[in-house]
Amino acid sequence: MEETTVLEVKDLAISFQTFEGVVKAVRGVEFMLKKGETLAIVGESGSGKSVSTKAINRLLPEKNTLIERGEVLFEGQDLLKLSEKDMQGIRGNDIAMIFQDPMTSLNPTMTVGKQIAEPIIAHKNVSKEEAKEKALELMDLVGIHHPKKSYKNYPHQFSGGMRQRVMIAIALACEPKILIADEPTTALDVTIQAQILDLMNKLKDELDTSIIFITHDLGVVAQMADRVAVMYAGQIVEIGTADEIFYNPMHPYTWGLLASMPTLDVDQKNLYTIPGSPPNLLHPPVGDAFAARNDYALAIDFQQEPEVFKVTDTHYAKTWLLHPDAPDVTPPLKVVRRKEKYEALFSVKMYANSTGGGINGG
Amino acid sequence: MAAEPKEKKPIVEIRSYKQYFNEGKKSEVRAVKDVSFSIYEGETFGLVGESGSGKSTTGRALIKLGDITGGQIFYKGEDISQIKRRKDLLKFRKSMQMIFQDPYASLNPRLTVKEIIGGALKVHGLETDSNKRTEKVYELLESVGLNKQFANRYPREFSGGQCQRVGIARALAVQPDFIIADEAISALDVSIQAQVVNLLKELKEQNNLTYLFIAHDLSMVKYISDRIGVMNNGRVLEVSNAGELYEAPLHPYTESLLSAIPTPDPESERHRVRTEYDPAYHHYDNLDRVALHEIAPEHFIYCHEDEIPLYRKKREKLLKKARQYA
Ligand SMILES: Nc1ncnc2c1ncn2[C@@H]1O[C@H](COP(=O)(O)OP(=O)(O)OP(=O)(O)O)[C@@H](O)[C@H]1O
Ligand SMILES: Nc1ncnc2c1ncn2[C@@H]1O[C@H](COP(=O)(O)OP(=O)(O)OP(=O)(O)O)[C@@H](O)[C@H]1O
Ligand SMILES: [Mg+2]
Ligand SMILES: [Mg+2]
Repeated sequence: MEETTVLEVKDLAISFQTFEGVVKAVRGVEFMLKKGETLAIVGESGSGKSVSTKAINRLLPEKNTLIERGEVLFEGQDLLKLSEKDMQGIRGNDIAMIFQDPMTSLNPTMTVGKQIAEPIIAHKNVSKEEAKEKALELMDLVGIHHPKKSYKNYPHQFSGGMRQRVMIAIALACEPKILIADEPTTALDVTIQAQILDLMNKLKDELDTSIIFITHDLGVVAQMADRVAVMYAGQIVEIGTADEIFYNPMHPYTWGLLASMPTLDVDQKNLYTIPGSPPNLLHPPVGDAFAARNDYALAIDFQQEPEVFKVTDTHYAKTWLLHPDAPDVTPPLKVVRRKEKYEALFSVKMYANSTGGGINGG
Repeated sequence: MAAEPKEKKPIVEIRSYKQYFNEGKKSEVRAVKDVSFSIYEGETFGLVGESGSGKSTTGRALIKLGDITGGQIFYKGEDISQIKRRKDLLKFRKSMQMIFQDPYASLNPRLTVKEIIGGALKVHGLETDSNKRTEKVYELLESVGLNKQFANRYPREFSGGQCQRVGIARALAVQPDFIIADEAISALDVSIQAQVVNLLKELKEQNNLTYLFIAHDLSMVKYISDRIGVMNNGRVLEVSNAGELYEAPLHPYTESLLSAIPTPDPESERHRVRTEYDPAYHHYDNLDRVALHEIAPEHFIYCHEDEIPLYRKKREKLLKKARQYA
């Protein structure tokens, strides 16, 4: 099946100049986004999820950001090469973003109504009154009570979750082709979160919007994502369909994430945590950046960066464990259970990599 | 609220707390209408509920950020509105710390992390020697999983989760007795969430800390809390032991909330059925006998007196069912 690609990120590398030196925040990120799909990005805090996606919309601080290399292809052009003026026609219009920190991304001195109406006036050919009508409609749509009354309120008069809904309304204002949502529902209660997720899915179905969804909540990922990318230390270490990542994960970091979550039905004395701390991105380690924290690390992990191995046409992982010569290992119990559950449910046998020499003996 | 077990000593008592903003104006917001609950020394009290229901407002009232509209709040037996002298305020602020929901907005952007955390230590006279203070800052950063090299950075130079951990380290720095954690871990990846939660639990056991844990992640709240309060529209609707709340959620709002918890399992998400909550369901025309009533020991529901027997029956039924499946 041929699907249209709306966005392609190629070998993106980004560094920051800081007091202590150059931080290599993003180190060769590659992915593509299809029309009408939701790609979730999960992963370590500080692994470069926000930075990679802010780069798409060219929102990184000019003064200390270094785009080392890479391309961001959207409708046949490299966004990284556009003039700021051309970029303004795309930002907030074709590609909209919902940020992680609503308070600092909203303008504290402007009423929220105006902030929602503004992009409509800037990008669409409408009168002020029409823009206001549309803004009120959007406020209602995202579940802000008494839109007329709230229109004149300032961000500080809203609760954390309400501010987040204002951000969502602003992002939806121009019916974007790509919506980048950076932890859009983290500040919301689960019922409102469910409404907002439904809303985003509706938008996706009706307008064929493509969504990049960044979150730490793997439950939300399971609910929203068509595909999932897992990031660690500035790189995508695993990518696949939601089913592949949740039921047949291949990368030990993904295993660690899935094992760290508390579950509603089990009592645990202490939660599992991935041992050690994230690598220092001032001097990224040689070999696999995850090696020092990886119970499954092989000798080669400390010497040479892993290649990306293909598991299926849609599933790839950057770990030496997928090399044909790698030893068989058994993932953590929680992960094994996931594979078993899936096999039982669908009576399929999960396979390991296509080159044989499976890591789950399959 | 009815009698509480004798051996438990409340560290916080909130009685009929009300908070109205812009009172009397057209833009009046009744953010908190009626909130009463106690937090016992050494426990973790989880506060969950609707976005905008007044959880953060309640937390801010507890640490005395602004005046309250009505009711009373006691901390260690003392009415906090009476704490006024500078010396007493300083003592109060050392004893009670808050980790704020919005990390970037709650840290001074012009100060480095070393100055932010070191400043807290200095204000409370905890470490007067500047070298020792720096050492202490490094130690605190490491305890929340941050590299000590980060000490010279400004808040803007951090990712969301890293910034949140600076807020946690600052709160822990002054060795408080009581910590209000407002959405303190939701911006962190699950492994670091687990690390911070394990740390909070460890500190609690070592130093007999008490927590008010405000959060939206109901699996984490269940894991960390001893008791849980559920808020909606400016009121506490249900208070119960953590285990019982999940086995026997009585208030329809609690039921709806629990039915919406997303699980990390695509297959079960495809078949999820959510229970909607419609406040109109209650049609109380007279709020006279509507209050937080004790349905069973330690289990309170905001309801009309006449509803108590119904809720008792519902509880029995749900607990029986839960035991069958256990
Ligand atoms: N302006 C900046 N100056 C210096 N370093 C920065 C800046 N912005 C981000 N970084 C660093 O770049 C790395 C990636 O940050 P990013 O915000 O992308 O993380 P993230 O994956 O979104 O994490 P989180 O889940 O915590 O939000 C981090 O180590 C962060 O400290
Ligand atoms: N300074 C203020 N002026 C006017 N209204 C306010 C102010 N602060 C809070 N509010 C309102 O009070 C209500 C409760 O807000 P609060 O921040 O306590 O909610 P919350 O339960 O913490 O929600 P969330 O889960 O979204 O953080 C909201 O309707 C909010 O808009
Ligand atoms: Mg981020
Ligand atoms: Mg709040």
